[in-house]
Amino acid sequence: MEEAARYIGAGLAGTALIGAGVGIGSIFSKYLEGALRNPSAAASQQTNLLLGFALCEATGLFGFVLAMIILFV
Amino acid sequence: MAGPMEQFKIEKEADLFEIAGQTVSWTNSSFWMVVSVVLIIGFFVLTMRGKLIPGRMQSMGELSYEFIANMVRDTVGPEAMRFMPYVFAIFFFILFANLIGMNPYAFTTTSHLAVTAALAIFTILIVMVAGIVKNGLGWFKIFAPSGLPLPMYIIIIPIEIISFLSRPVTLAVRLFANMVAGHVLLKLFAIFAAFLLAKGGITSVGVILPVVGTLGIVALEFLVAALQAFVFAILTCVYLNDVYHVGHH
Repeated sequence: MEEAARYIGAGLAGTALIGAGVGIGSIFSKYLEGALRNPSAAASQQTNLLLGFALCEATGLFGFVLAMIILFV
Repeated sequence: MAGPMEQFKIEKEADLFEIAGQTVSWTNSSFWMVVSVVLIIGFFVLTMRGKLIPGRMQSMGELSYEFIANMVRDTVGPEAMRFMPYVFAIFFFILFANLIGMNPYAFTTTSHLAVTAALAIFTILIVMVAGIVKNGLGWFKIFAPSGLPLPMYIIIIPIEIISFLSRPVTLAVRLFANMVAGHVLLKLFAIFAAFLLAKGGITSVGVILPVVGTLGIVALEFLVAALQAFVFAILTCVYLNDVYHVGHH
């Protein structure tokens, strides 16, 4: 019983990655959109692109780490 | 077979001394920390020949200096260059620790919350102490942005204080979570491949899929290792903004 609840909890914690996936997709799509409209400004925004990607990915990974902690610790 | 979390186990190798009832010991984590520091020092000793026309090694050293110096200048301003050695040290420590952790049999020191939390707390303490030393008590104005109607401050000040206090937490957990997640994922794929091989017969043909997946994740992990060091350094710069630009927050 407790074992099953643990697996359900880990699966629920993993759903945090849905939001991170949507966010990363949105960041890159908006970047491409903007870069194609104004290619000369694209290179200067690559820092912000990577920063946004890393910040966004981290929020989903919090959920992933939680799932791993529930499963294995 | 070893579980995916076993790679993060800290093993005590020797007891050093005692402080207030707590034993300070030499562990595999401290060994790999020393390895990364020695590698960083070695890298810069090799690249610091001061010739007018830089060779290959010297340009690597100069490029890494310029990279961090530009980061500090662009995000905070030239007046923050006195903090550049700190940003430089923190960037290269995290970068080397992450990259060393990608090697087989090596230990990832940054995959422990204690290590990343120490780095994050040190960063935020530097911001607080330098801010108060530079601006006096006027530094606390960063919690009250100017130009708002008076009733708004009742809501804004607690929000600003909470967001300031959550900075070290997110800084530490972001690096820790990225490193743990990547290594767990790698191990899970590798275990799956070994599991398929052990089954034998027709199932062992399918081993190609997790092996290709592992390859992709290794490439992604090298990107993440460099990216997280970069993010930690640039967020340190962004937080250092509060030392110099108290007024326009």
